[in-house]
Amino acid sequence: MNWDWDVAKDFLPELGDGLLITLEATALGSVLSFALGLVWALAFRSPTRFVRWPVAAVVEFIRNTPLLVQLFFFYYVLPTWDIKFSALTTGVIALGLHYSTYTAEVYRAGIDGVPKGQWEACTALSLSRGRTWIAVILPQAIRRVVPALGNYVIAMLKDSPMLALIGVVDMLQKARAHGATSFEYIEPYTMVGIAFILIAYPASLLMRALERRLGH
Amino acid sequence: MATETEHKNPAVDGSELIRFDRVTKRFGDNTVLDDLDFSVSSGKHVTLIGPSGSGKTTILRLLMTLIKPDQGKIQVDGECLTHENRGGKLVEASEKHTREVRKKIGMVFQQFNLFPNMRVLRNITEAPVHVLGLSKDEAEERARELLDLVGLGNKCDAYPTQLSGGQQQRVAIARALAMRPQVMLLDEVTSALDPELVAGVLDVLRDIAHTTDITMLCVTHEMNFARDISDEVLMFDSGRVIEAGPPEKIFTEPEHERTREFLSAVL
Repeated sequence: MNWDWDVAKDFLPELGDGLLITLEATALGSVLSFALGLVWALAFRSPTRFVRWPVAAVVEFIRNTPLLVQLFFFYYVLPTWDIKFSALTTGVIALGLHYSTYTAEVYRAGIDGVPKGQWEACTALSLSRGRTWIAVILPQAIRRVVPALGNYVIAMLKDSPMLALIGVVDMLQKARAHGATSFEYIEPYTMVGIAFILIAYPASLLMRALERRLGH
Repeated sequence: MATETEHKNPAVDGSELIRFDRVTKRFGDNTVLDDLDFSVSSGKHVTLIGPSGSGKTTILRLLMTLIKPDQGKIQVDGECLTHENRGGKLVEASEKHTREVRKKIGMVFQQFNLFPNMRVLRNITEAPVHVLGLSKDEAEERARELLDLVGLGNKCDAYPTQLSGGQQQRVAIARALAMRPQVMLLDEVTSALDPELVAGVLDVLRDIAHTTDITMLCVTHEMNFARDISDEVLMFDSGRVIEAGPPEKIFTEPEHERTREFLSAVL
């Protein structure tokens, strides 16, 4: 087995195309998971149990079933109900929804971590519920959980190759396609692995730095 | 207590600002306030003293609606804080009603409870802008005046964590005053401070007590401060007022044995 630099050079443009898709799926999935997770976390604290219980049930269900099952469900079952998205959109929705059940827990911990005195000060100033959340509680809660949310972005990045199974042409799928036609495997797969490390490792360093800066 | 349908107490003579009417508060098996009656007249500075656990702080927290009484009624400026009159019937107060009544009350906490995510100026303007509906400019102008009053005119742009405990507490006082409350509740406001910072905070409060007509209800362990600013001192024990009177009397010739014991322990 020999490493052939020419093969590596040939694959590089394809790797670049795949990388863009990987990053796009991760970025959009992250945004969706951050937004939905916050919705779940707020619903957990709803004063009515008719909101709390169904949301808790759905969140538990999604968290405790594999992402791959959800991916296939969205890709193969939804179209039979005339809900059709592109492979990438389907992948982003599945990824974002799945991870929103984790980010919800992160937000919940962040909200619980805001001292009781902050709520009491809001009451003493007669701030409305909305204002209490938007101006006081959420800014403090989210600041605490930025590093934890960041770790889920990295996890999503590493789960994104699953999207290849519903036909999203990410880095991994590019490498597979390359190997299928040229029988060159070492270089493409190695390069995909390195590309993941080159993104994920600096990202995790960044999260650690953030954790220190936002320090408690 | 639900037999009475009269919302406003006809006995309120206009000068009575706070009234506790047979208020009971329990935490589990522990009865903290026991059938308590007491009132505070408008413009008076009243200090609650007594051993810890005697229910002093509970009174402030009930007034601020941070907790609810188990029985009894609490009135502020003739309006009931705990109940409201709806269709001729006295029912438990709605969130909206409670919010309206408690706008008359401001509170300063032992732990300051400033908002760490906001600069000092916005800590003070947040509620006047979003609750009272002041314009941003107007609120900021008032906030700057109040910061001058508490001696922190140069700290508008600081974050709370950049200030000492004493400075944070003075900002908290300014924040409470910015809502122009009729009553200020002061809950052991110097207990969390390093000893050398206590004087600065007490000076500010003394100044406010002597120059404004705001009603003050304090819980404090600073007996000298209590003696200096109070019109009336209430001695609490086991959820009841056992002795009340002007500070000269309570501190020099208390009638009740428990008061004498308490004072000899703290003075």
